[in-house]
Order: sequence, then C-alpha cells, then structure tokens
Amino acid sequence: MTRVARRHVPILTTFTLLIATFLAGSAAYTNFASVGVVRNLLVDNAFLAVAAVGATFVILSGAIDLSVGSVMACTSIGVAALIEHHAVHPLAAITIALAAGGLFGLVQGLIIELLRLPPFLVTLAGMFFARGAAFLIHPQSIGIKHPFVADVLNDQLSLVLPLGDRGISVPITVDVAIFAIAVAAVVLRSTRFGRSVYAVGDDENSALLMGLNIRAARLGVFAISGFYSALAGVVFTLYQQSGDPAACKGFELDAIAAVVIGGTLLRGGVGSVLGTGLGVLLLGLIQTIITFQGNLSSWWTRIVIGLLVLAFVALQGQIAKQDR
Amino acid sequence: MGSEKRFHPAIMTLAWPVAALALLVVFNLAFTPGFFGIELRDGRFFGTPIDVLNHAAKVAIVAIGMTLVIATGGVDLSVGAVVAISGAVAAMFVTRSQASFPLVILAALAAGGVAGLCNGFLVARLRLQPIVATLVLMVAGRGVAQLITDGLIITFEHRALSSLANTAFAFIPIPAWIALALATAVGLFTRRTAAGMFVEAVGDNDRACRYAGVNDRAIKLGVYAFCGVCAGLAGLVECSYIKAADANNAGLFLELDAILAVVIGGTSLSGGRFSLTGSLVGAILIQTLTKTMYMHDVSADVAPLPKAIAVLAVCTLQSPVVKDRIAGMFSRGSA
Amino acid sequence: MSDSQSLLRIRSLSKRYGRLAALDAVDLDVARGSIHALMGENGAGKSTLIKCLTGAVRRDSGEFLLDGRVCNPASPRDAEGFGVSTVFQEINLIPHMSIAENITLGRESLRAGMIDRKAARRRATDAVARLGLSIDVSHEVGSCSIAVQQLVAIARALDVRAKLLILDEPTSSLDRAETSQLFDILLRLRADGLGIIYVTHFLDQVYAVSDQITVLRDGKHVTTRAASDFPRLELVAAMLGRTTGSTSPSKQPDASLAAVPGRAAASVTRPSPDTTPSIGAEQHQGELLRVRGVSHSGSIEHADLSVAPGEAVGLAGLLGSGRTEVAKIMFGVDRVETGSMSLCGTLYFPRSPRDAIARGVALTPESRKTEGVVPNLSVRDNIVLALQARRGVWRSLSLRRRQEIAAGLIASLGIKATSADVPIASLSGGNQQKALLARWIATGPRLLILDEPTRGIDVGAKQEIERLIASLIKQGMGVVLISSELPEVVRSCSRVFILRDRRTVSELAGESLTEERVMEAIATHG
Repeated sequence: MTRVARRHVPILTTFTLLIATFLAGSAAYTNFASVGVVRNLLVDNAFLAVAAVGATFVILSGAIDLSVGSVMACTSIGVAALIEHHAVHPLAAITIALAAGGLFGLVQGLIIELLRLPPFLVTLAGMFFARGAAFLIHPQSIGIKHPFVADVLNDQLSLVLPLGDRGISVPITVDVAIFAIAVAAVVLRSTRFGRSVYAVGDDENSALLMGLNIRAARLGVFAISGFYSALAGVVFTLYQQSGDPAACKGFELDAIAAVVIGGTLLRGGVGSVLGTGLGVLLLGLIQTIITFQGNLSSWWTRIVIGLLVLAFVALQGQIAKQDR
Repeated sequence: MGSEKRFHPAIMTLAWPVAALALLVVFNLAFTPGFFGIELRDGRFFGTPIDVLNHAAKVAIVAIGMTLVIATGGVDLSVGAVVAISGAVAAMFVTRSQASFPLVILAALAAGGVAGLCNGFLVARLRLQPIVATLVLMVAGRGVAQLITDGLIITFEHRALSSLANTAFAFIPIPAWIALALATAVGLFTRRTAAGMFVEAVGDNDRACRYAGVNDRAIKLGVYAFCGVCAGLAGLVECSYIKAADANNAGLFLELDAILAVVIGGTSLSGGRFSLTGSLVGAILIQTLTKTMYMHDVSADVAPLPKAIAVLAVCTLQSPVVKDRIAGMFSRGSA
Repeated sequence: MSDSQSLLRIRSLSKRYGRLAALDAVDLDVARGSIHALMGENGAGKSTLIKCLTGAVRRDSGEFLLDGRVCNPASPRDAEGFGVSTVFQEINLIPHMSIAENITLGRESLRAGMIDRKAARRRATDAVARLGLSIDVSHEVGSCSIAVQQLVAIARALDVRAKLLILDEPTSSLDRAETSQLFDILLRLRADGLGIIYVTHFLDQVYAVSDQITVLRDGKHVTTRAASDFPRLELVAAMLGRTTGSTSPSKQPDASLAAVPGRAAASVTRPSPDTTPSIGAEQHQGELLRVRGVSHSGSIEHADLSVAPGEAVGLAGLLGSGRTEVAKIMFGVDRVETGSMSLCGTLYFPRSPRDAIARGVALTPESRKTEGVVPNLSVRDNIVLALQARRGVWRSLSLRRRQEIAAGLIASLGIKATSADVPIASLSGGNQQKALLARWIATGPRLLILDEPTRGIDVGAKQEIERLIASLIKQGMGVVLISSELPEVVRSCSRVFILRDRRTVSELAGESLTEERVMEAIATHG
C-alpha cells in the first residue's frame, strides 16, 4: 500500500485538475486538443510562469512580494526606452534591467530584514515605487523596432517544430520560461541555499537552532524574486514587442494565485516550482476554455481563479490540521 | 528617566502626521500658487482644497474600517474589490429596477457587509492569516463586480444617487461629511461601549483575551464585516461621484491608500491601540501630497513613486528597531 | 574526578536577565562516558544553562572547558563545531523534510556545488543505524511519531561527531516503551564514551539512566551527587528547596511510603479551625466542584479532585505531572475526554473559558505573559477586562465606574503602579499578578483556580497573595491552588491532591498534610 505524503496532495490535485480540464476542453470543443492551442498556452503564459517562479521562492520562505507586476512594467518600459531612445544594444539593455531588478529586490529584502517591517508593507511600497518609476522613465508605451529584437530574438531564435502543415514555431520566450523553471528547480532542490529557504519557511526557529543562515535565505528570496520579476518583464516585452509603463497592473496577484494553485503552502515550507509551472498552465487553460466557450465573459476567469485559490487554501488548512 | 510623560500617548502619535500635514500646507502656501483658491460656481465651491476633501473622504471612509481591522492585528486587502462590487450593485439597482433610494443604499452596504463577513469567517473561524484570507476576495472580487455589470461601465442618471457625492453642505462636499459622521459614530461607539477596549485587547494579546472571557472570534468577525460595510459606503460615494460603475477601475489601489492612511495615523500594524483621528489625518495627508504633486506637474502616473518614499519614511520612523534606537537615545540623554 | 575522565567543566557560570539572576556562579563537571542528570523546578536555571552552553545566549561570566580547551560558542552552529550538540525539548526539526534531509541539513555533502542526495541518504542511514534503528530515512519527519522525531534529532546531533550531547526533557511526550528504547540508546552512547547531560523532571527516569545528579534551584547549584547515593526524598527536597526535616535514617522514604497504595485517596479528615467545619466527606452536600477520573489525551490520564465553597485545595506535583493540564480542563481550555465534572451538583462540561466564566469559574494562568496580561492595555482596563467581557459590548462600564473598581482593587490589593492609566507591562511581575487576581475578584467568581500565582515574584508580594487567598476563602470562595512552593500550599490549603505522571495519586488532609508527607507522595514509585 503506497501512501501519498501529505505534502504532495496539493500538487497531485493540481496535476489531476490540469488533465481533467484539458480532457473536458477537448471533449467540449472541436479544435481544442490541437498543437496550436497548446503552443498558444505556452506562449501566452511564459511571462506569468517566470514571475510566478520568483514568487515561489518568496512564498516558500513564508513571505510575500507584492511588487512583481510593477517591477515587470518598470523593466519593460526601461528596456524599450534604452533600446529605442538611448541606442543601447538590446542584450545590454536586458542585462541592465535584470541587474536592476535583482538589486531592487535585494533592497526590499534589506529594508524588511534590518527594520523588521512586514514584507507585505515594504513590497507594497515597492509596488508604488516601481510603478511610479516606470512612468518616470517614459509616460507612454514604446514600440520596439530594433532589428535585433525583431529578427534575431523573436525570429531566428524561435524553435520550429516539425508539427502540422507549416511547422509550429516556439518563440524564445517559452525557452526562457522553461529554462527559468529548470534553474529554479535545481537551486531549490540541490543547493544549501534552496534547502534553507524551505527550512526557514517551514519552521524558522528550528532553522535557526539547526545552525542555518536564515538571514541569507530571507534576503536571497527577495533578490531572486526581483530578478525573476525583471526577467518576466523582459519576456513580456519580447512577447508584446513594446514596453509599457501601465502594463501588468495587479499581476502579482496572478503570480501568487499560480503559486498557490501549484500546491505551494502560503505559510511557506512546502511546494515546488514544478507545481507552480502546473499552476500557471491550469490558469492558462481556464482562460483558454473561457475563450473557447465564447459566451462566457472574461471576468469569469477572475472568479474561477479566486475560487481555486480559496479551495487550495482550504485544502492546505485541512492538511495543516492533520499535521497537528 | 526622572520626568513624567507630559503628553497623552494618543496625542504623541498624532504629532507626526499633523506635523507632516502642516509642513505640506506651508510648502503649498509658499510654492504652489492657487493651491488655496476656491471659487463659487452654480452654488457649489470648486478648488483644490475641496478636491482634496472629496478624494480624501473616500480613502477616509475605507480607512475607518481598516483601522479597526488593523487594530485586531489583521489587514483587509479586499476593500478595493469590495468598492467595485458595491458600486456595481448600486448602479444595477438604479438602472434596472424601480427600487427606492434608501433601498439602493441598503443593497450596496449589504453587499459590502456580506463580503466582509466572508473575510471575517475565513480569519476568525478557519484561522487563516488575514493577508491570505482577504487575498481571495481581492482576486475574485473584481470578477464578481464585472459579473454584476456584465463587464460594462454602467452609467446612470439618478438624481438622488449622483447628488450624494456632487453636492455640498455648508461649503463642504457631502462625502467629507459622511466620512466625518462615520468617524464620529465609530469613535463614539468604540469609546462609549466596550468595543474599542475589546478590539485593542484582542489585537494586543488574543489568547489572554480568550482566557478573560472575551469573545475574540466575534470581535474579529465583527471588524471584518464592518470594514466591508465601510468599503461598500466608499463604493457608493465613488460611483455617485463619477455617475457610473466601473468594475475595472473603481477603488483601484484603494486598499493601499487605506492601509497607508491607517499606518501614517499611528495605528501599529501589529495590532493594539488605534487612532481614528490619526487615520483621518492620514487620509488627508495622502491626498494633499498627491494633489501637491499634481500641481507641480508630477503626473498622476508618476505620483506613486514619491508616495512610496513617504510611506517608507513613515514606516521607518514607526519600525520597532528605529523606535528602540530613538528611545535609547533619549534615555541615555536623560540619564 | 580525575582530569583524564573530565569532559566538560563549567566554572562559576553566571547570567542575569535584568534584575533577575538566572544563573548564579554555577559549577558543573561532566565526565566522559557518563550520563549527568540536571534537575530543578521551573526557573531553576536549567534551560538558561543549556542556552549558554549552546551559544544561543551569551553568558555574563564564567568559563567552559571542553576536553581541557576553552570553549566559547557564539551560536548553536558554533557549539556543534566544539562538539556540543543539543536536542531541545520542542524537537527542532523541519517537519516537511525527510529524515535524511533533517539529519544533514546545513552540512550536506556537496558534489560540484550541488547537494549529493545519495551521500546524504547514506550518511543518514548510518546515523540512525548507530542508534540501533532501522527506519526509512526518506520518510517525512512531520509524519513520524514524536519518539522517532526525538531519535532523528539525536541522530542529527551525533552526525557532527559530538563529544557532549545535551538532551532537554527528551521523554516528556514519550510512552513507556519509547522511553526505554531511548534509554537503551543513551546507555549505548555512554559506552561509546560520549558525555550526556540529561534534563528531566521524571524521577523514575533519572534513577534509571543517570550516573550523576545535579540539582539547581533559583539559579544556584544546590548539590551534585551520585545517583546511587541520592535517596528520592532527598532529591525532591533539594529540588523544592526544603530539607527533609529529620536526617535520621529511620525516615527512609521508600519504607514509610510502602503502605500507601497507588491511587487510593487517603481521606483523613481534619476539621480545620479556620474554614467551614464540615469538609472532607466524600459526597459533601455543599461541594462546589468535583472532578472524577478526567482525562485528555496527551496531557492528563486520570484526575480526581473536589473543592468546597470556602475551602482552598492544593494541587501538588512536580513539573510535568499534569497540574496545569488539570487547571486547563477545569477552565474549559481543553475538553474533558473521559470522566466527568460537576459544579454545584450539576454536570459541568465547559466548552470554552467563556463557558467556564459564565458558570463562575476563574483561572489565573501559569503563563502570565502569554495567557494573562494584555501588555499594552492600562492597568485599569486589564482589571475590568473580565467583568466587561461578561457584561458584553453594549453594557459598558462608564469610565468613572471603571476608575472606581480599579482604584478600589488597586488599594485593597496593594498594587503598586504610578497610575491606573499606565500599561500593565510596565508593572513588576508581582504587581501584574495581583492585577490579574483583581481582574477575577471584580467578577466575584465561585471558584478561583490559581496556577503558580507566586512564581517569579518577590517575597513580600508572595505573602500578600497568600493573605489574599485566605481572605477570599473567608468570603466563601472556593480556591484551587497549584504551586511548587510546598510551604505555601500546606499553609493555605486544607486538603492537597498529589499528581504524579499525569494521575492523581493521593489526597492529603488534616494531620497527614505536612510538607514531608507531600514530598513523600510526590517521590513514591509509580
């Protein structure tokens, strides 16, 4: 008799839901179970996946980061402005943006750690700050016409899979998202830092008494979240081929929802980026179904996401109760 | 430490935001031409101070409910979404039904109350962390509002409802009166009954309260429900002001402004003592700051940046670490 | 002890917390290959000593010599480097990680910068094998029994090649079989030459495993003796800070207690002169509260108790015997699982403290800080809190009324506060305790349960609280007094129930109610 460890119940639920949703979609709509739909699912949710991976680190450590969406917008407009207005090479612009994102996250972590302020408050301020900064960089959206972005990044580097009539091209953004998930998975699973993130989120006092460097863990997750938010911003910019300071309002909520639906405990300590990936796909699939349905309006997505979050939070509560 | 405390602690916590507000007023007197200009048109006053009051009122109404929630050691992130729901309910009632005006108001407030009860249930009964519990409604609430309005911006021509936020009494816009009346009522209720003491006590040490026979769950359920009603009221004011219900943008980021108003007003995020007056001052301070920036050609979009810096400065001053440092400096000075 | 045998030497270790001396010039020697029991009641300084040894707390003065070398740990991790490993009472492990991960966490073997999982499994398997266990190290720790968790914590402690192992009350939540398994392991480790400091409050266990026993009391070293040469009664007396009265060998504890059967209540009645004359009869008409065979899994196995109006009844027993747990059941914090309670002749099953309060039962909890005071609320509001809670939100007491009530109680209880407006946290412990008593007196309960009311407060305040109890009894209130201060219990109470290993084992009253007899009852074999 194999008994499933309780910590795996949420992620298995997510996986089951994902399969069930996909099957239900395939049964209900013609053309649903097609390579094109799956491709779009990946392409349209790549930036959400990257942002959610960063949020996973923070939530695993038991904290929360509300600045994700604003940092994405700030990076997006920043990269666009650097490329189009300051003639910076796209690769250099992207590097600058990623470094700035990581630094921003680190500063938030430092403020939380040194002043012992609640994470939600500091990152709330961070959300304001980054949003204001985005508009300060440039008040309107900027289309990116740099040849390197259009030709190299978005075209030549796309992977063309020999499927269907003309092949299916998978853009670099999807590769980036998959790579981001893979790196995060390795860091969380197989480095001392990764394990200490789990330990801090699970039982901070024990982690301290077991001699772990909990301060490094708590600072590190915010730096990583900042970096991943910036990367999500870059992916978003490539996807849209423009930078927009007003983009991704409230996007942190989607990221947190994906993390929770992916089976990560909001208290911290349990979860995985693989689960977050599944959570992102599930969110995307729900969106796709609502689009296919046609007569269901888009706001149903928000309600369904809200209910899913509630269900998972309740499930987690039950599991936590059994732990006692 | 020979000297006795000269000031009541409540006055001391008010000192910071009031001083900041005074500073801002002086700055505007000196550097912002026309900041205090008021003119009379069509029997109503127009001008920056009136604008500030009008907008601050909305934040203040939500902040009053938020003050009580934060005093119990919680927080409510869903108020923005609840504002959208209540606005949607009000707009649908006046456009799709012949309901009398009081009934419209009642329906909007009830929608807020129900939303608040949901939050309260999750926090008090299921013992979820407040941030998590209210996050659910924060995510789903706007969807519910859009469901009600069918995703449209519902505009309406309804004399009574649109006059709610667009008329003045004794030169002061009605929303400001509403906020003031609400604050007074809540102030009287919390201080004349035992509610205020219970709220502070639960926020300070809920376990000890349970041991003393205080029904801490009921208190928590009550404050979240009330916070929902406040958000409902703010939703009415907002939809009355723009004569429409916009499920996407009504109350956007209002939860942030409300939390900031409360924190600036001196109520600690860890719960315990609260100051309603402080929250009112906080709401006015935030709105004055915003308006000042607009008048100095800082665009509405960039405005969050300086706001964030202001918020961090205030929080830093109130953080336990800095407080201890300052206290340490003083005790060394007097020793 | 010769130098070659000595593993750890502690010399005049001192630590103060504010005005309170938690440790006062304590000396301790632990030999290689020995188990050294550290005993004492709450506040004796055991946990402070351990915290200093593990570097969790900075000592004020004194020195540690480990293997003759000065050892100055700044953190738990540092202490492990010196060879000092600790298993704390609350078992500090990461619940959602596997056993293998918990054993190696923070010191995993790396391969190319990555954690080598196979090596971790091997190491963990070796570590548990060394304890004579065969468990699958891939199991999640949180789903293992407390006993296994305890052993995992020990395995982790040994994984760093510890020389000295500190176990802080390791058996407090283990059953008999698990405890004996643990003891086997300890004896094996001792044979390997490890020094073990073993903190406990279970007498039987001390004698079962330890070579040496050191007793601490109020931060001071009382005595260190070989376990084989330390009679039970004298050990209890040392812990409670009493002398055994007569040192004559005829008063051998085990001999004199052989006649007392396990759990039979010795209902010797004493018509006490200062209280109502007719207490003590088994089925007394004017009985206030009766507790019959009550249990609650994990906290109490079988408790019997009765109190009459105008009577103070004591609950005595060592730490961990179930004293506080009984109080929590009587006050509705924990539910009755088996057995029953009656209050004034009617069934009494409180579902919450509110329920209990409504029936006229009050409790001043053992943990004043977390369960008693509302720290930032004023002294006045802390005093009227329970009264107001009973009246509800609407029937509010006016400020003047609250001032009157508080002023009256502050005066009559002699609470020293600069004003009734200051936060209660600014008062001394004794005055906080008096304010908590005032909180209940304001509500006029029928039964008042006092759990360690005099812990951590000065002598003057102790006497005042004792006088207060006497006057409450005179007014007809029933009082249950839980205290490890035996003289206090014997002076204040007309009957005392003895708890041992979570069961009521005897009742003392009248002639038989002496400190000596109480200590004997506590010390008897189970």
